[in-house]
Amino acid sequence: MTVMTMIEAIRSTIRQEMLRDDKVMVLGQDVGKLGGVFRATEGLQAEFGEHRIVDMPLAEASIVGSAIGLSLSGMNPIAEIQFLGFTQQAYHQIVPQLARFRYRSQGRYATPVTIRAPFGGGVRAPELHSDAIESQFTNVPGLRVVMPSTPAEAKGLLTTAVRGEDPVLFCEPLKGYRLVKGEVPDDDYAIPFGELRVAREGTDVTLFAWSAAVQLAEKAADRLAEQGVSAQVVDLRTLVPLDVDGIRDAVAGTGRAVVVHEAPLTSGFGAEVVSTIQEEAFFSLEAPVARVAAPDVPYPNIGIEETFLPQVDRVVAAALKAVNTR
Amino acid sequence: MKRREILDPHGKLLDGQCPTLDIEQTVEALERMLLSKHVDERAFSLQRQGRMGTYSAVRGQEASVIGSCLALDPARDWIVPQYRELPALLRHGVTIEGFLSYWKGNSIAGRIPEGVKVLPPQIGLAAQLPHAVGLAWGLKLQNDPGVVMTFIGDGGSSEGDFHEALNLAGVMKAPVVFVLQNNGWAISTPRSKQTAAESFAARGPGYGVPSILVDGNDLFAVHQAAAEAVDRAQSGGGPTLIETQTYRLGAHNTADDPTKYVDTEEKLTWEELDPIPRVISYLKQQGAITDDAVADIEARNRAEVDRAVEALDEVGPPPAESLFQHVYSQMDPRLCRQRDDILKGADR
Repeated sequence: MTVMTMIEAIRSTIRQEMLRDDKVMVLGQDVGKLGGVFRATEGLQAEFGEHRIVDMPLAEASIVGSAIGLSLSGMNPIAEIQFLGFTQQAYHQIVPQLARFRYRSQGRYATPVTIRAPFGGGVRAPELHSDAIESQFTNVPGLRVVMPSTPAEAKGLLTTAVRGEDPVLFCEPLKGYRLVKGEVPDDDYAIPFGELRVAREGTDVTLFAWSAAVQLAEKAADRLAEQGVSAQVVDLRTLVPLDVDGIRDAVAGTGRAVVVHEAPLTSGFGAEVVSTIQEEAFFSLEAPVARVAAPDVPYPNIGIEETFLPQVDRVVAAALKAVNTR
Repeated sequence: MKRREILDPHGKLLDGQCPTLDIEQTVEALERMLLSKHVDERAFSLQRQGRMGTYSAVRGQEASVIGSCLALDPARDWIVPQYRELPALLRHGVTIEGFLSYWKGNSIAGRIPEGVKVLPPQIGLAAQLPHAVGLAWGLKLQNDPGVVMTFIGDGGSSEGDFHEALNLAGVMKAPVVFVLQNNGWAISTPRSKQTAAESFAARGPGYGVPSILVDGNDLFAVHQAAAEAVDRAQSGGGPTLIETQTYRLGAHNTADDPTKYVDTEEKLTWEELDPIPRVISYLKQQGAITDDAVADIEARNRAEVDRAVEALDEVGPPPAESLFQHVYSQMDPRLCRQRDDILKGADR
């Protein structure tokens, strides 16, 4: 085990996969000499050359579109989009093209492209840089949507993404890049998709979260513990595929649930989690399932983003309300 | 930009011009052009009889499609199609019944055969172009000698993907040939409303991509341009944009009604420039073909299409189970459950 930041874990995983398989390559804006705007590929162009760490023209659709073609040629591309909000410029290449290639061709072709993109608020970034738009991609059959929360999770899930045969949208929590440190296994480490992680044991209420909201839920669990409430924290890890059995088991254990996410409330992925709980664990429920999300407004300018983003107080209040429902 | 022409509308070689296809190859090209025309006619009638779905005819563009693909080696090179390039796909190894099965609604019967270097038809126009660039770039990275030929129309070239793809192809020196078939129409929108540029070929140099403008109804001019582009790609010279100036003599597809917007005079002018009689006339002048020989070709084609249509009539809807296959490399439990629920419902 080595203690790493999130960005160090991502960088070392990319390097590990490039050493393992010479078909693995990275394409994106500023990924070469600069090492990416967040340094996820720092030093890698010097090590692997400019044909494997490729600086691309500023055009997201052609980054994803050419990654599709590269994968069809037998390469294993990791496409970096600088911010998840900028995947909108490539939406038509991700949703109707990348995600459907295997299906449209009846399995004749596969496009195992991994798209890495950071997102999330609280880092005082300009407009469109912070938006949590993951639910725009969870209604897209053919695509895997992966949301690591810690450095070890990033290594395990990115390894699975790169080695897998399906396209993956790998959303990285921007705020956690340098803030979140943790022990990361030194050896090969792959986490299967579709298996949630119980980040913290608890018996009174389950807090469901993914990505940076997992740390928020853990802080809320600390505060709840001070008040004598034992909160379980569940990190969903992958939204597609979703661990339906794991969700059912968690709610069966506590009977109460709160879903926490950074995206706006309406049609956020929390709605899917709540529906799943309702279908799978209705008779275990002791209280209505609550959602703590951003309000239904566009991501605001940074002067007011703390009001927009879900805060610990709101999670604690929602959990207490659930626990106090008799 | 000067337009390249080799064969005049009457099938005469223009002064000083020499075709890049020999007589035998030209006869093969003619056979393919006539087959394409015959498939168009049959597919239209099948659609009208409710035996097939929507179909987009190639009619009028046979020289443009076949002249281009004859520059490729099907064992080595790739085709990244739009949807109006049937004769090129047939030469590469797709079957008539396979292609029509896709349009009939069965993607399993329409699956591109293993080993055939063709991507599925593209409906999101111009989205195929970045794929073609990436594929070509990947072949180059792996020292594969293959070249990628991709097709787009005058309308599709207004999409952003066209411009991003040309730009990237230029930067990466990708071994790709863009064949832009300017057939005058994007459904009902005329070429004049797509761009103020003097030609579509004129856009290439802006991206550092060498461009060639050809008479798209001149088999030899198209083939010469395509062969030059394939050579450039193969020898490390990177991409080429070819604009073939042709004309869609039929409807956009079986759902379209061109009488609402096509000017009859204009259409008559282009009918005079039909690429097929031009090749027949050339071959007759060379003493290489007779009316009887043309009739023989047509009879063989008819038999070939009869056989394909029989096979197509055997193609029913795909099995319900297939709805759930090939979404992912492996079906996850949630999808398995949906499959079980729905298939049980289908049995009841």
